[in-house]
Amino acid sequence: MRYIPNSPDERRSMLEEIGCARIEDLFEQIPASLRLNEPIGIGHPVSEPDLLAFFHELGAKNASGYQSFLGAGAYSHYTPVITDSLISRSEFFTAYTPYQPEVSQGTLQYIFEFQTLICQLTGMDVANASLYDGSTGVAEAVLMADRVTRRRKFIIADTVHPQYREVISAYTKNLGIEIEYAKYSETGAVDINSLRIDKETAAVVVQSPNFLGCIEDVSALSDAAHQSGALLIVVASEPMSLGLLKPPGQCGADIFVAEGQSFGIPLGFGGPYLGLFATVEKYMRQMPGRLVGEAYDTEGRRGYVLTLSTREQHIRREKATSNICTNQGLCALMATIYLATMGRRGIQEVARQNVQKAHYAASRISGLPGFELRFKAPFFNEFVIKAPKSIDGVLQALLQKRMIGGLPLDRYYPELSDSMLVCVTETARRAAIDQLVSGLSET
Amino acid sequence: MANTPEDLSYTKDHEWLRVKGKSATVGITDHAQKQLGDVVYVELPKIGDRFETSEPFGSVESVKAVSEIYMPVTGTVVEVNESLNDSPEQVNEDPYTDGWMIVIDMENPAQVDALLSAAEYEDYLKEEASE
Amino acid sequence: MSEKKSRIKKATTHVTQNEGLLFEISRQGRAGYSIPQLDVPELPPEELIDRSFLRTDDLQGLPELSEVDVVRHFTRLSTWNYGVDTGMYPLGSCTMKHNPRINEKVARIDGFANLHPLTPVDLAQGALEVIVRLEECLAKITGLHAVTLQPAAGAHGEMTGMMMIRAALSERGNPRKKVLIPDSAHGTNPASAVICGYTVETVPSNSEGLTDLEALKREMNADVAALMLTNPNTLGKFERNIEEICRIVHDAGGFVYMDGANMNALVGVMKPAASGIDVMHMNLHKTFSTPHGGGGPGAGPVAVTKELEPYLPYPRIVRAGDRFSTNFDRPKSIGRVRANFGNYGMLTRALSYILTFGDEGLLEMTQTAVLNANYIADKLKDTYEIPYAGRVMHEVVFSDKWQTPHGVKNSDISKRLIDYGFYPPTMSFPLIVHGAMMVEPTEGEGRTELDLFIDAMKSINAEAIEEPETLRHAPHSTKVGRLDETAAARKPVLRWRSAEESEAQRADKNTR
Repeated sequence: MRYIPNSPDERRSMLEEIGCARIEDLFEQIPASLRLNEPIGIGHPVSEPDLLAFFHELGAKNASGYQSFLGAGAYSHYTPVITDSLISRSEFFTAYTPYQPEVSQGTLQYIFEFQTLICQLTGMDVANASLYDGSTGVAEAVLMADRVTRRRKFIIADTVHPQYREVISAYTKNLGIEIEYAKYSETGAVDINSLRIDKETAAVVVQSPNFLGCIEDVSALSDAAHQSGALLIVVASEPMSLGLLKPPGQCGADIFVAEGQSFGIPLGFGGPYLGLFATVEKYMRQMPGRLVGEAYDTEGRRGYVLTLSTREQHIRREKATSNICTNQGLCALMATIYLATMGRRGIQEVARQNVQKAHYAASRISGLPGFELRFKAPFFNEFVIKAPKSIDGVLQALLQKRMIGGLPLDRYYPELSDSMLVCVTETARRAAIDQLVSGLSET
Repeated sequence: MANTPEDLSYTKDHEWLRVKGKSATVGITDHAQKQLGDVVYVELPKIGDRFETSEPFGSVESVKAVSEIYMPVTGTVVEVNESLNDSPEQVNEDPYTDGWMIVIDMENPAQVDALLSAAEYEDYLKEEASE
Repeated sequence: MSEKKSRIKKATTHVTQNEGLLFEISRQGRAGYSIPQLDVPELPPEELIDRSFLRTDDLQGLPELSEVDVVRHFTRLSTWNYGVDTGMYPLGSCTMKHNPRINEKVARIDGFANLHPLTPVDLAQGALEVIVRLEECLAKITGLHAVTLQPAAGAHGEMTGMMMIRAALSERGNPRKKVLIPDSAHGTNPASAVICGYTVETVPSNSEGLTDLEALKREMNADVAALMLTNPNTLGKFERNIEEICRIVHDAGGFVYMDGANMNALVGVMKPAASGIDVMHMNLHKTFSTPHGGGGPGAGPVAVTKELEPYLPYPRIVRAGDRFSTNFDRPKSIGRVRANFGNYGMLTRALSYILTFGDEGLLEMTQTAVLNANYIADKLKDTYEIPYAGRVMHEVVFSDKWQTPHGVKNSDISKRLIDYGFYPPTMSFPLIVHGAMMVEPTEGEGRTELDLFIDAMKSINAEAIEEPETLRHAPHSTKVGRLDETAAARKPVLRWRSAEESEAQRADKNTR
């Protein structure tokens, strides 16, 4: 077995040296009746070439060569080639959580840089080393707001990603937390006046751009929440929008959570992704997740350490701010490399191209007879299109032309069964958009 | 050897209490701060919060440990040592003066009689150490 | 302060050791990106989006760097790290084993890496098949009935498992109040139980380091929802009374949750289901070698009995012959614990690992891991105290008891190991061992490396007696020495700020 260095001879002599006759004797702690006397049942070892062939075959059974207009929480963006080559440095990917800072300065410094980049992008005071993904991040934000306010009622916009809402619901249902969903208005955005915020409300949770692509008036929402002493949690599934939109920190958000996949992380059938989590300074100690801080050694050299660990499970156990034990280290590294490479001007350029291409596509599609833009609120790179015929039929016809035209919305919003969510990023060339338009016109 | 001023009352959870009429100042003992090591953060209640005897009212954190601080007697918080926010090291350097944590308005000052004197507390520490 | 002795000179003046932060090396006007020109007609953004929603700070502060700058930066940073590829990484309970490259290659195959999670199922058949196949493998390995791959990490799996237990008990009429957890447990166990609405009670270990059966009987009653038990436990001992433990818990109507973090000691040797447990998680990043990546991503699949199967998170992936589909119609399900299908890229890697080994290989893996741990225990048992003596499974816990009289603590020993070229063991855990050093070599170390480690530990013990100062100031070979964690926690600096920003922040604080 090539992953086990010891030869059979070496193993035999080691056994002998520790006074053990047979390898099986090492397992005497396990009652004999529990020990397995047969193979597991998985089969024989597979060689490297056979395994590669097997996975290539499976990979080929997945969509390939399709032009996709899917977004809805996972976005196709150009990623600099150096991202993958740099994360493949084995000093990065074969290391563990940086428990021993002296031999983990590489990991610690990039996490410090990551935390800084997220603060810069969001305008928030402090960001953690990342959580599992956007969906679990939002659930953690709800638990945090519960701790901060000691209130139990949450108002959650129903345009927060449906899967994120499901995760919130699973996380909170055993904790006596009460959730009220706020319906989107005719514009596609939240109707602030319809929110029933009161002195019992712990937080208002909104996504911007929301699941329907619409940009929310975060400043007005934060004023409304703060008037009743509630927090505002702002969620983003497409943080690339921060390249163009006013950062939540400048709009009064108390907690910002996002899915960070857009920053250089492959679509990868949904994971691993990256939970971005940031807050204002006064709530720093209520934050879940790992944090890296600056520190100095006795000779005055700068370094970085895991810090404020007393919030965490390994010290505070059942009173910890979360049960999370890791971050998404390698994905945070991808995001750090992505943001460093794209840089200030690159992020602006990507955001510009997304908004321009999406508006080009939206205006062309809504110009087709019977098709219309379902909502009036401003959008970034996603928008809802109402079709004159069955959405399933439309999407099936596009599949024939090797296009995945968008996401049907009936599963999430039955009243939008005549509509689909279309996402256009910088990776969609004009020719592809035009093809989508002509495809739709022919359906 | 830990320093244990004569004029204070003590708890077995290692808090001290300095009584002045109906009000009392609360902190943690020299022994407690030594056990905990370098204090990096002190979490304190808000003015107006009320706690019963033995209820935790806050916590003291070192880099790798957290200890709750318990109320020696029932009362309402009337003052909080805000300077610990910026200088938690005062708890290590001066646990009985600059390192104080809260001032409370006692509901029943007679509860103080149930606390340990300096001598009793020192005996208790010896007992604990020999265990 | 004593004079600092440093026998190994630090090479800290070289540029590669002094790479600044991205923000410090940034120079205005540099660029490292390359994307095609905008190819649609452009409209002023104010015409598309209300001006009040637009950003006005011109992304001030974000770095501006060339590709060369970025490549050098991260390459230099990487050299300050220690990974499994560098050498032995005996971090107990973390199972730092070899990360095969074929798994990396497989996860990057275009059909997986570029697949959108909402792709219609007809166009994701291969991806769904990976999920089903891995679930099938893990069901066989654990002997349990069904598996979910949704949890993103071990702690996430614990929470998922406890949610299922709560759902099952609720359906019986009473979710109950408490969860029992041994004093040797990992901190995530209590934290996970609390998220599920339970309070936690600790069960003490006996003198052998095993769960105290009498204490368990005393604590077990109709208020207890579950016992969460790590097996083998964090002392590297197999809970040999596991059947009796399960009986006690089941007789009182509770469930047994097994923390499978230490599954590397059992694969192929025993199927945990045989011991009577109801639910368990595994850590793909431990037992099944998906890379730890500097702290994640992990993956924490959960396996359950037939009784608990209806409560698994949705969607379930269903196989019908060669066809795979998603099933959301799961009325008893606890719901969703994560968007999409979990940390999918880790699943492909783990499946690749399991298939590479096959039945024979997995058994050899476990046997070698246990042999390696016992070899270290045996060779060092006269040098470092082993508080719970005897044979161990995959890891061994030493203490610093024999070194503390020389003024040397476990942290000093571990820092000195760095100078000898090893990553330190897990420190100060489990909490029931004072001065603990938990060593898990895994099957991925050969005898030569093990012997070097054993020699290093012996040499460090000699130093502890002869020149303890060397240990107290170790490591001497790294870019930075021991960092002042107290100062870092008292005045946390959690992000970089430019000189102007720092000034503005100070002014802001003073006026408040």
